[in-house]
Amino acid sequence: MSALLKVTDVVKTFGTGEAATRVLRGLSLTLEAGEMAALLGPSGSGKSTLLTILGTLMKPTSGTQVMLGQDLVAAEDRALTTFRNLHIGFVFQFHNLLPDFTALENVVFPTAVREGRETATARARGRELLTRMGLGARIDFPSTNLSGGQKQRVAVARALMNRPELVLADEPTGNLDRESAMQVMDLIAEINRDEGTTFLISTHDEKIARLCRRQIVVGDGLVTG
Amino acid sequence: MIYALKIATRYLTASKAQTGLLVLGVAVGVFIFIFMSALIGGLAEFILSRTVGDISHVTITAEDPDPAILITPQGHVLTVTERGRTRTATLAEAATFIPLIEAVPGVIAVSPQITGAGFLTRGAQVAQVGVTGVEPGRESAILNLDGYMIEGSARLGSGLMVLGQSLADDLSLRLGQTLRLQSSGGVSAVLTLSGIFDTGNGQLDSSSIYVALPTARTLFALPQGVTRIEIKLADLNAADATALRIRALTGLDAVPWTDGAAQLMEALDAQAQTGYFLKTFALITIVIGVASALLLSTYRRRPEIGIMRAMGAGRGFVIFVFVTQGALIGLMGGLMGAALGYLALLPFPSRDAFEVGTLPMDITQGSYGLAITLTVIGAILASILPARAAARVDPVTAIGQ
Repeated sequence: MSALLKVTDVVKTFGTGEAATRVLRGLSLTLEAGEMAALLGPSGSGKSTLLTILGTLMKPTSGTQVMLGQDLVAAEDRALTTFRNLHIGFVFQFHNLLPDFTALENVVFPTAVREGRETATARARGRELLTRMGLGARIDFPSTNLSGGQKQRVAVARALMNRPELVLADEPTGNLDRESAMQVMDLIAEINRDEGTTFLISTHDEKIARLCRRQIVVGDGLVTG
Repeated sequence: MIYALKIATRYLTASKAQTGLLVLGVAVGVFIFIFMSALIGGLAEFILSRTVGDISHVTITAEDPDPAILITPQGHVLTVTERGRTRTATLAEAATFIPLIEAVPGVIAVSPQITGAGFLTRGAQVAQVGVTGVEPGRESAILNLDGYMIEGSARLGSGLMVLGQSLADDLSLRLGQTLRLQSSGGVSAVLTLSGIFDTGNGQLDSSSIYVALPTARTLFALPQGVTRIEIKLADLNAADATALRIRALTGLDAVPWTDGAAQLMEALDAQAQTGYFLKTFALITIVIGVASALLLSTYRRRPEIGIMRAMGAGRGFVIFVFVTQGALIGLMGGLMGAALGYLALLPFPSRDAFEVGTLPMDITQGSYGLAITLTVIGAILASILPARAAARVDPVTAIGQ
């Protein structure tokens, strides 16, 4: 395996002066291509901040961040937006689907926004992903009419739409019952195994973490294990 | 961006009641705009038709030649030679110019005339009158004599005259009566009253007499030429430009009706300005309405905007989605307002049939295209602020909401 992503000495400080809070204190981390890793740590340890930085939604205060050979700290907003669209998928705890769109429309969004329209190819890929997620009968359902587990599976399909190298999942099962949580994790494991997509999953759940081949523990703004 | 258009449309259709109210609000603004345009335009049309509709729009009058003066080298006037004052200045070459004037674009009628003062005598009664000699067949070229006749005919021929109702009443005249008309030069003619008109213009009805041009030649001792040429235009607002053109074409002193109507023009201008103010306020209301509604929408959709940004939507895409919503609201509201305005104006009489006591609404002056265009532009401008606010949404905080 080769390094997909490497962050070195990453510091993230919020606020200034006496109100400044240093959330990440020189954290370094390398993710290999095809990994399926769990990100563990107590609340306030910096997990979400780290995921946000890795997802290029926020820049570190200092440190280096390189993914696929690109220096993401130096990149402009527009370049980061394109990079994110092509190479990174997100799964959030509360699914965060677009409520006025169907399941399929939500899934094809990352491709459609790049191409300027919903192509037949994109729709075919979206249908294939939703079918794989067990939602073949819900393709044209409004996203608001889906159950929590179904919504999260749509969110996983959306994250995979552009065949990203990395999927960042922030507590993807935190809002689901055990059965739905295991269904989602099984899907993630299947995709990781079949397509080699790298997953970094933030979780508090030890059982979910044990499903991942690697566990990364963050504490007090540093990787501790 | 077809996809941005799809999302904008979806956002608008997702909240049908809110969008409907917003479009209705814009439509009301456009309706006011159109209603005001039709009212101000119609009012101006009405005032103009009542004040200058029956007068010459461009008039060419013979200039009185300056009296010949003999001056000494020291500047003393030795002799002033003034021709007989009874002799009216004439446009001797009128016949040559008339075809030229008639060919000028926008000219719909040309009436060569001989005008002067005279006295109408019936027995012991004498009335001072203004006499206008017009070419038979062109009696209604400028003043619509035919339309104002209440008795007899406007058709003038040898030995015939028509006059106003007030004058007829003053002298107790009736059709077929024979009267003596004496010009200011002392020439008399015996004429038969062939028609009585009522224009509603007091001065015209009480002191004007129309005779045939040959009769006027006799009365005012003008064997050739005329004293004035009156010209009527299809568009009386084009009088200034047409007068300039005729002046350049003929070298004659063509004067537009606007030269003597400064006060009327000022009043119409003030009225138009009032209309502009009202229409501007209507547009401002539209802009504020659209801006506030879209700002609200931006706030409500912050998490979705955050998701879109996280999924790779650029700031430009987000701006386009919201500006497109503004444009669509403006277009729908504009079209609806224009349609409502047109329907509301339909029952009003057309500009050719304005009547006293009714609102002179001119459906043709509704400025429909302008109203729609300005509304769309206004709505787009109004959406820029919310769109920029949407594009600045931080995906991290928005997703966390």
